[in-house]
Amino acid sequence: MTRIDGGLTDRGTTLGFRFNGRAYAGHPGDTLASALLANGVQLMGRGFKYHRPRGAISAGSEEPNALVTLRSGARAEPNTRATVAELFDGLEARSQNHAGPLERDLLAVNDLLSPFFAAGFYYKTFMWPKAFWEKLYEPAIRKAAGLGALSGLPDPDAYDRGYRHCDLLVIGGGAAGLAAALAAGRAGAEVILADEDFRLGGRLLAEGGRIGGRPAADWAAEAAAELAAMPNVRLMTRTTVFGAYDHGIFGAVERVADHLAAPGGKVRQTLWRITAKRSILAAGATERHIPFRDNDRPGIMLSGAIRAYLNRWGVTGQRQAADPVAIFANGDDGHRTAAQLAARGVPVLGVIDPRADAPNLGGYETFAGAMVTGTKGRLGLTAIEVMRNGRAEWLSCGLLGVSGGWNPNVHLASHHRGRPVWDEDHLAFLPGEGGPAGLIPAGAAAGQGGTAEALADGLRAAGQALGDLGIAPAPVELPAAEAEPARQEAFWHVPGKGRAWVDFQNDVTVKDIALAHRENMRPVEHLKRWTTLGMATDQGKTANVTALAVMAELTGKAIPETGTTIFRPPYTGVSLSVLGGGDTGKAFRPTRLTPTHAWAEAQGAAFVEVGPWMRAQYFPRPGETHWRESVDREAQAVRAAVGLCDVTTLGKIDVQGADAGEFLNRVYANMMGTLPVGKVRYGLMLREDGHAYDDGTCARLGEAHYVVTTTTANAGTVFRNMEFARQCLWPELDVQLISTTDAWAQIAVAGPKSRELLSRIADGFDLSNEAFPFMACAALTVCGGLRARLFRISFSGELAYEIAVPARYGQALMERLMALGADLGATPYGTEALGVLRIEKGHAAGAELNGQTTAAMLGLGRMVSQKKDAIGAVMSRREGVAQDTRRLVGLAPADPARKVVPGSHLFAPGAPEDTAHDQGWITSACFSPHAGHMIGLGFLENGASRLGETVIAANPLEGERVELRVVSAHFVDPEGGRLRD
Amino acid sequence: MLIPHPLLGLRDAQEFTYLGDAALIGRPAPEAGEAAFCDYVFLRDNPAGIHRELWFHEQGDRSWLVVTRNTLTHEILGAELATDVARRSA
Repeated sequence: MTRIDGGLTDRGTTLGFRFNGRAYAGHPGDTLASALLANGVQLMGRGFKYHRPRGAISAGSEEPNALVTLRSGARAEPNTRATVAELFDGLEARSQNHAGPLERDLLAVNDLLSPFFAAGFYYKTFMWPKAFWEKLYEPAIRKAAGLGALSGLPDPDAYDRGYRHCDLLVIGGGAAGLAAALAAGRAGAEVILADEDFRLGGRLLAEGGRIGGRPAADWAAEAAAELAAMPNVRLMTRTTVFGAYDHGIFGAVERVADHLAAPGGKVRQTLWRITAKRSILAAGATERHIPFRDNDRPGIMLSGAIRAYLNRWGVTGQRQAADPVAIFANGDDGHRTAAQLAARGVPVLGVIDPRADAPNLGGYETFAGAMVTGTKGRLGLTAIEVMRNGRAEWLSCGLLGVSGGWNPNVHLASHHRGRPVWDEDHLAFLPGEGGPAGLIPAGAAAGQGGTAEALADGLRAAGQALGDLGIAPAPVELPAAEAEPARQEAFWHVPGKGRAWVDFQNDVTVKDIALAHRENMRPVEHLKRWTTLGMATDQGKTANVTALAVMAELTGKAIPETGTTIFRPPYTGVSLSVLGGGDTGKAFRPTRLTPTHAWAEAQGAAFVEVGPWMRAQYFPRPGETHWRESVDREAQAVRAAVGLCDVTTLGKIDVQGADAGEFLNRVYANMMGTLPVGKVRYGLMLREDGHAYDDGTCARLGEAHYVVTTTTANAGTVFRNMEFARQCLWPELDVQLISTTDAWAQIAVAGPKSRELLSRIADGFDLSNEAFPFMACAALTVCGGLRARLFRISFSGELAYEIAVPARYGQALMERLMALGADLGATPYGTEALGVLRIEKGHAAGAELNGQTTAAMLGLGRMVSQKKDAIGAVMSRREGVAQDTRRLVGLAPADPARKVVPGSHLFAPGAPEDTAHDQGWITSACFSPHAGHMIGLGFLENGASRLGETVIAANPLEGERVELRVVSAHFVDPEGGRLRD
Repeated sequence: MLIPHPLLGLRDAQEFTYLGDAALIGRPAPEAGEAAFCDYVFLRDNPAGIHRELWFHEQGDRSWLVVTRNTLTHEILGAELATDVARRSA
């Protein structure tokens, strides 16, 4: 036990938790790491590659080592940093990446093989045989190396997303952030202060300093209370601002319920999109370590982390309270840790400082001009080797703090195109030019890391932001803060034999960087990819700058010449669940239901997704055991009697205006302006490159009023393109468009008895062939006064109509038609029968209009008017497009028992079945109840003149080839008599 | 990104559908011939820097806009109704 007095945890309450099955106790305010350290547990995990024992090196989100799996079952969450996991009663955590118990990891054998695992090892070794990579090498490597495993179960928790706006977003609630928020808040600005921690204060909670004569943590608490009371300030703790995006938009994740055993009705996390006019980056700084031989043992930590555990959590960090603590530092910062520990009665071995003029802040011994050159301790530090004046000495030590200076957290300032700049005075990269507009770095993030400097810099940044915003500042007096000694000297790594870790998470050592240098992987981008430095969950927060400095030393260049290290979002890992914002499963995208959906459900229909729509696929009847039984029956009912199908999903665009006809002339390949009122015409739309992209009907309801229909799939695209044509190409035309797809329910009434059925609802409307012939349309009323539109169009080749009524009457109309048509054999049919009917009739649909076909290929070449300009007209006549001889044909198997498979390619009998001899392909196929065998549609070279010929349909993927006869695409009623009856 | 819609003020880019080079407004006259159409259909400018491009306010008022944007910084220098641009260039 290494818990001492003081700190900010609630000692009056005890929380029980388990780590690797063993029970421990902690307190509210603890993190998992602080609670484990308080219990004398330093060993928290195993290294990525060599499986060496590892412990926490930090007290924050930069942690590379102490990754654990929190919780169990579906809520198991791998790769959680113990240093930020807030302790709760009943928390369960397990260490990762070991075989057998953590203390006796069988995979630690990798450490003995380490000479073989140098940087680039995988690239060089597992090259041959090539086929082994996927099957053998990769799975084996992945199993041995890596992080925690996912549960594989669906995430049981809810996630949400939200939007917030403010004048000023302050990122980070430490000294600078609090000062900035106070200044802006008092001036009346709308402020959001976000901090990843669960308690505001940042390093003020960790440093043990004093502000205005009282503990800094008290000042932070008072500042937070004042801010919380301001109506114009919103405090967001447990919220990580992970990325800066264009125009002042920030991404942030609020961990709403991660600190609870289970969310208990709350969402687990919320994804916030914060739009801020100005922002202050007060994200603090991350301490860096100094690589030396065997510097990765549990019990070796960042010096500032030891200070944080001491001051914030009242934990000293050794396994036994009597174990001596040493500090290895290149600056005064490390001495502060030693002095604070000594003042609290912790046994301090001393401060090892390479500077000849190293100071002594009192209460400990200074080893000036000395370095740590080795360590011992299998599962935790037991001794360090100190080299002074050429003499090495082993000293007993249970905890070593390392301080190599501080790297400002420039991450968000380097999003967009911000390039950090090296500052020789600070021995660090500071935020540079070109970062997110309106983002002002402040405090330690801007190199102003002392308490007094950070407070003043926060105030300065707020003043700048308020000035930009045009808000008058309110007076803020800064309390006095002690100045901390902060002198340091560049010292990047301890030279010598053995392995000195630079990146703990990826097991990258100084030697690996030297190897990368020898192999000419010198640019930092290459260094990163060759060694994997800076990858994985910590993204090199504690490693990148040190690695750059080591590379600079090897190349003999200065650090800024060697390169810089920039960061992309996210600042820390963001779960995919929260990025989804709860839009999973059915909520992934909207589902559109047809007006008759509930009715179809009641009929027991099977449904199919068609774009965003759910459409009835077929309507099984009792006794039908196979979908084809239902589909054949439905198709036959249409051919013999009358069928009903909801076709609401087809896009409907209302086109009105004096120039509507001219406009349609220009968007359709064929002529539309000449269409008489009360008539419908089939229309084909081309892309500007000359290929067909959508078809449908165009009905003229009045002099200046047309209704255009589109395919279901292209409804949105056609509308967008028509708006483009209207606004961008021909703004001089008087024409207005509106989508009425959802306004009108439309039902196809198809079959020889359709007229009879409709006559039972049409209020005195003359449906005779003379009064309302094929391709007629009219507005009328049905069912005693309900306004409706009737179109005599046919997709099936039978006498057929489509009737539209306001959408809210769609279901009632369907029910009425079914009831009134019972004696006629009225049968509902779904998309499958619809497809069968249109293939039998040879109508093109999505499989034919696949973006590669021309009007001529569809047999509609003559429709493309030569008399007028239209979208795609010029390009449809260009060479290579106009000469395409492939035509839509019908295909029937020579042996009626054989299958016709869509996607099969067509060849002349006897020709080699290869690309050079390819003559086309089958687009659609189905079993035709009308023909009694399978039939297909396809595009075939010179298809128009090959009726009666035999072709081979090859399906090499399934090893099938079928002999087909080329026939008319109109398997039903090729003369078209039925639909004109 | 936020797009300054000339009628509706700042709108989130998520409400828009992106098309690209605003040169698409300048559709050749039909008698300009195949070569002019090939250029119009297939050849687009894609500059690193200031670019005039078409955005469709699909989840909004269905205006097509010509947005002037710096593709390097995403700074938006202006936005106007494509209809106004088309009328001017007609």
